Amino acid sequence: MSSAFHERVVENLAKAQVRGNFRRAMDGLMQHRLDQFPDTAELEHLRDEAFAIRAQALSQLPDLLEQLEQRCTDNGIQVHWAETTEEGNQIVLDIMQRHAATSMIKGKSMVSEEMGMNQFLEAHGVECLESDLGEFIIQLAGERPSHIVAPAIHKSRQEVARLFNEKFPDIPYTENIEELTQAARKILRERFYAAPVGISGVNFAVAETGTLCLVENEGNGRMCTSVPPVHIAVTGIEKVVAQLSDIPPLLSILTRSATGQPITTYFNMITAPRRAGEKDGPREVHLVLLDNGRSRIYSDPELLATLRCIRCGACINHCPVYVRIGGHSYGTVYPGPIGSILEPQRSGLDKLGELPQASTLCGACGEVCPVRIPLPRLINRLRYEAVRKDAGTVKGAGSQRKPAEAVLWRGWSWAASHGGLYRLAGQVATRLRRLLPSRLGPWTQVRHAPKIASKTLHERLKELGVDDK
Amino acid sequence: MTNKARDHILARLRSHSTPTMAAPIRSEAIPDEPWSQAESLQRFTERLHAVRAEVHRAERSTWPEVLRAVCREKGVLNLLLSRQTPWGVEIHQDSSGLPPLRSYDAPIEDWKYDLFHDIDAALTSTLGGIAETGSLILWPNRDEPRLMSLVPPVHIAILEIDKLYTTFAAAVAAQGWTTQGMPANALLISGPSKSADIEQTLAYGVHGPKSLVVIVVG
Repeated sequence: MSSAFHERVVENLAKAQVRGNFRRAMDGLMQHRLDQFPDTAELEHLRDEAFAIRAQALSQLPDLLEQLEQRCTDNGIQVHWAETTEEGNQIVLDIMQRHAATSMIKGKSMVSEEMGMNQFLEAHGVECLESDLGEFIIQLAGERPSHIVAPAIHKSRQEVARLFNEKFPDIPYTENIEELTQAARKILRERFYAAPVGISGVNFAVAETGTLCLVENEGNGRMCTSVPPVHIAVTGIEKVVAQLSDIPPLLSILTRSATGQPITTYFNMITAPRRAGEKDGPREVHLVLLDNGRSRIYSDPELLATLRCIRCGACINHCPVYVRIGGHSYGTVYPGPIGSILEPQRSGLDKLGELPQASTLCGACGEVCPVRIPLPRLINRLRYEAVRKDAGTVKGAGSQRKPAEAVLWRGWSWAASHGGLYRLAGQVATRLRRLLPSRLGPWTQVRHAPKIASKTLHERLKELGVDDK
Repeated sequence: MTNKARDHILARLRSHSTPTMAAPIRSEAIPDEPWSQAESLQRFTERLHAVRAEVHRAERSTWPEVLRAVCREKGVLNLLLSRQTPWGVEIHQDSSGLPPLRSYDAPIEDWKYDLFHDIDAALTSTLGGIAETGSLILWPNRDEPRLMSLVPPVHIAILEIDKLYTTFAAAVAAQGWTTQGMPANALLISGPSKSADIEQTLAYGVHGPKSLVVIVVG
């Protein structure tokens, strides 16, 4: 543990206010989710169903992508493919330049964060405006999302109030959340009104009908996808599902797992641009299908489970590590347990090999995952690959291997598989127990050092007359 | 570039000799307990009340009266509605006691400013409702375009009680969404616009309507 990650963790642990914000928010989200699933049998059945839908979709992914492309094209949606984020950004920029558009307004999209779309477009002279209230706040603050569902969850109302006051001095200072929200409504309405291009993500793409589904509460997603004359949707290639009848169970478990809502205010299903005779809606709809490492993850039968994710954030909300270190410590687009498995697979264990260590393996993430991604098992898998040069499929496998640690564990393994030696080592340890230092680095900063018993278990059992065989 | 990207992505996805994880068989959904119309309406109403939407009951003959009362109570200055839907035709025949009526007659480009700045409320029909989640189903079309249920601060929606389904899945199946072909835009609306992005505290009326009023007819 060197590293920028470690430094960020130390820095964020010291921010008492932010830690309090996270604790309150996560406690609320966990309780709201719990309230949505009073019937455990119903929850487990729904998880089975959601798991099956996503796993089946992935098992036919290339076919479904082609079907989606065909249906969308038939419906008048223009489909683009991007292997890398650079290609994805270039596609978006080309569309904008074709329309001589110098600005865009965006509904919340984690894939656009993954692409670094705002930074790219702004470098090419395009003004980018986030319209989801949380995204709007962190864009004003010059920050990045700290949570995939609630991006400004680390901010208190006072911080938001000061931020609004600094950026919009004409609006009277207020810490009232309703008033802050109304201020944002007023500012952004004029921007929806004038925007030449709207950008959104996609929650589910239905291959059967060529329909793009968007889940949201504020109405900014609907604004971005129905007011500007051009709508560009960006999504990862894994978001496709086979048929429309897959959508109701996925929608139900998504909103209940994410924010503990039975449903969000808006569920927006887009199948075509404005049709002949219709009076509104975009005249052009584009869909950008982004790979960015997903097809590589797809090649591993175990790690493939990563791609089932529907981005509800439940694993994040329930993670005891996330709630303490906060979303910004991870330094990645996706934080928390899902980020700790997804991001190292994409960027390589050599770059992000520490992230799987940011887990207590308590298992909460795996227990709440609506599509039954075995997160703890995958975290363990990546920990293993990070220190093994011989067994890896993940980029950067073996890069976290430390020679001293490897020797230590090899010795342990050897001793543990040789009974006599193991017993002898145990006896030596008990006899020399007073030599164990009381300070053991970071471990004893908040704990007492363990005390070794005066006799080994073998010796005690022998005294009790238990047969050693 | 893009065609090459497409070919590469699909080729990579297809190149794996390892069979992808065996997909489980999707289990049959637990059959929904059949709710009576009264139970459905009760659940629908509770859900909408929980998110600060209003639900009013009306008969076929009395719904304009309910609409008048809603407009009066909300101080609605003008009302956007279709001339073509049966509801719109009925109101246009007798608009006494209602605020001035407006129509979405031209493409948005021709009157965007007015829609964004002057329209106070819009009345739309719905394709149905979902009791379990308290949702309205809207398929915007040339008579009732998408922005009617989004831009004006007040959205008044009419739901015929015999189109109240138990679940979303039941509505999709009963109405044959797949077979009849999807509209350019289909919506579920389950309350007024809201956000909890500041301190997880709910605030209403973010970007969409600040109030949603449902008149259940029949």
